[in-house]
Amino acid sequence: MAINWFKYSAPTTFYGLAGKLIPWFAISSVILCAIALYIGFAVAPMDATQGQFYRIIFIHVPTSIISMFLYLVMAGYAALGLIFNTRLSSMMASAVAPTGALFAFISLWTGALWGKPMWGAWWVWDARLTSELILLFLYLGFIALHASIDDPRRADRAAALLAIVGSVNVPIIYFSVKWWNTLHQGSTIKYSGTSMHIAMQQAMFTMLVACWLYAIAVTLMRVRSIILERERHTKWIAQLAEVK
Amino acid sequence: MLEISNLACSRGDHRLFSGLSFSLYPGQIMQIQGANGSGKTSLLRTLCGFITPDEGKIAWCGEDVRTLAEDYYAQMMYLGHLNAIKDELSALENLMISAGMSGVQLSESDAILALRRMGLKGRERLPTKVLSQGQRRRVSLARLLVSDAKLWILDEPLAALDVGAVAMIGDLIGEHLAQQGMVIFTTHQPLTVDGIEMRSLMLS
Amino acid sequence: MKKLSLFALLVLVVRRDLVLAMRRRADVLTTLFFFVMVVSLFPLGVGPEMDMLRKMAPGVLWVAALLASMLSLGRLFSADYLDGTLEQMLLAPQSLSVLVLGKMASHWMVSGLPLVLMTPVLGLQFDMTVEGIGVLMLGLLLGTPILSMVGAIGAALTLGLRGGGVLLSLLVLPLCIPVLIFGTGAVQAVTSGLNVSAHLSLMGALLVLALAFTPWVTAQALRISME
Repeated sequence: MAINWFKYSAPTTFYGLAGKLIPWFAISSVILCAIALYIGFAVAPMDATQGQFYRIIFIHVPTSIISMFLYLVMAGYAALGLIFNTRLSSMMASAVAPTGALFAFISLWTGALWGKPMWGAWWVWDARLTSELILLFLYLGFIALHASIDDPRRADRAAALLAIVGSVNVPIIYFSVKWWNTLHQGSTIKYSGTSMHIAMQQAMFTMLVACWLYAIAVTLMRVRSIILERERHTKWIAQLAEVK
Repeated sequence: MLEISNLACSRGDHRLFSGLSFSLYPGQIMQIQGANGSGKTSLLRTLCGFITPDEGKIAWCGEDVRTLAEDYYAQMMYLGHLNAIKDELSALENLMISAGMSGVQLSESDAILALRRMGLKGRERLPTKVLSQGQRRRVSLARLLVSDAKLWILDEPLAALDVGAVAMIGDLIGEHLAQQGMVIFTTHQPLTVDGIEMRSLMLS
Repeated sequence: MKKLSLFALLVLVVRRDLVLAMRRRADVLTTLFFFVMVVSLFPLGVGPEMDMLRKMAPGVLWVAALLASMLSLGRLFSADYLDGTLEQMLLAPQSLSVLVLGKMASHWMVSGLPLVLMTPVLGLQFDMTVEGIGVLMLGLLLGTPILSMVGAIGAALTLGLRGGGVLLSLLVLPLCIPVLIFGTGAVQAVTSGLNVSAHLSLMGALLVLALAFTPWVTAQALRISME
């Protein structure tokens, strides 16, 4: 049986669908997060060289991965909105951005917390940390540009173009920062000195899935609010139970 | 020939017009009428391709203007509210540069002739910042004389012009229509073109 | 009537913008003075030790050049936007991308090239070596056009917005980081006796990429902003 996917690309039907899906994503995210924290902090053994401090990577690594992944998702939705002029894609792009920025911020913060005992400084100009900071700037640029344009259509299209230019630039920026870092030879401690214990892998992977589900849940919540705001003059909104 | 079918346009949440359809044939002139804020300028800007319409199609000689893009721009001329002239440049430089940007190589003597016909004799080489509002409008309108565009889209062309200049614009439009040109314009002042029936479109 | 070739159009736009810049000379000089002033403030802030200044010089000059070019980018399209010329440019029957390229080129000649020419004097203030100054100038010569071109995208996107200038820097500066890295890296390579060709070729590659894509992207951004 073929499913008509285009049916759900209209804000009207997507609003209801998103409302039904949110609890599932939210609840499973909370459960998986609890499991990951339990494995990470109670089951996984102490690291030979880094002691207890290493446990922060169970939050740090998944949030970094998700923050980079979300930028691609955002740019993808933005490009769809720009090329095919689909309203929902543009709304999704602007709904993803704050979550991406949040994950980038958490990743930087946990990176700093890990850096203090490991490297003796809150901030080290490590290639990965610097790239993450630039990624946060790119998210903030997208959000700021979207927020400062009043006309929603122009805002969507301008921010979409910026996201696409940004995603083309991300590899160039990452490469140049890495090169810059090897030239300046800062830190030498790397994450993966030895092969990881199985429990560590489980904790990290579970947390990755939990973060991903969380991102989906809050994005859907945000996109529902955006739909309500943008379509507030339409009839179907006026007939919704929560609006009446 | 310009064909508009079922055009709809909105600014922000506000729907300006919808279901608008008309055709304009060579030798015809149409005045867009309506109160302030009824969407006259938005309609003209939509016809220029600045604004993407919510619904509907604009076709030039049977083809969508979006696909024609630059081929359509070559055959149309738009004069907006703003004069599009630079204060620091002289009337002559302004005219030659704007003609150049619309793809026409204009000789200095032709440009001077056009400016003189617009009543700017002796002011060709003055920086436009010393000219009056009406004179600056004339510099802008001189572009109509040096263009070979078929379709003229004029937004308030008569603003700031005196009676003599208004009559001259009337003559100019008459000549253009006689050469199978087309004109769409808005105005708050009466404009008559001898021997031509004026079509009009009311936006509400 | 005779049609204008694309190259003639490019020349026309560049000449127009240069004439306009010459008649509004104050704007050009402000950017240059800003550059000189920012660079001269650094020794006052960090102290006069020559060793440290020599080490910092390429970074300081590059960051100052970046900020100076951000300062002048706000004016790239805004004057044309306010007097209606930009509408006419969007209706150009030949190519909006070529028009945009012309505007980028004249922007660089007015705000980028003077910085390159000013560099030797400022380099001497920081006691840089002759080779160091040479490589720095070469890097700036390749890099400042990229700043103008990438910046033009930001200028087009923020056209007519409140607080556009600050927003512009927020959008464009992260995208300019590779230029900064390769430009300063080249100078550090030459002072430590290494080969500079890798840095400069990468910078050249970025310049070619920017030349190929930014005019078109900026043209699209202008169409979005004029809606």
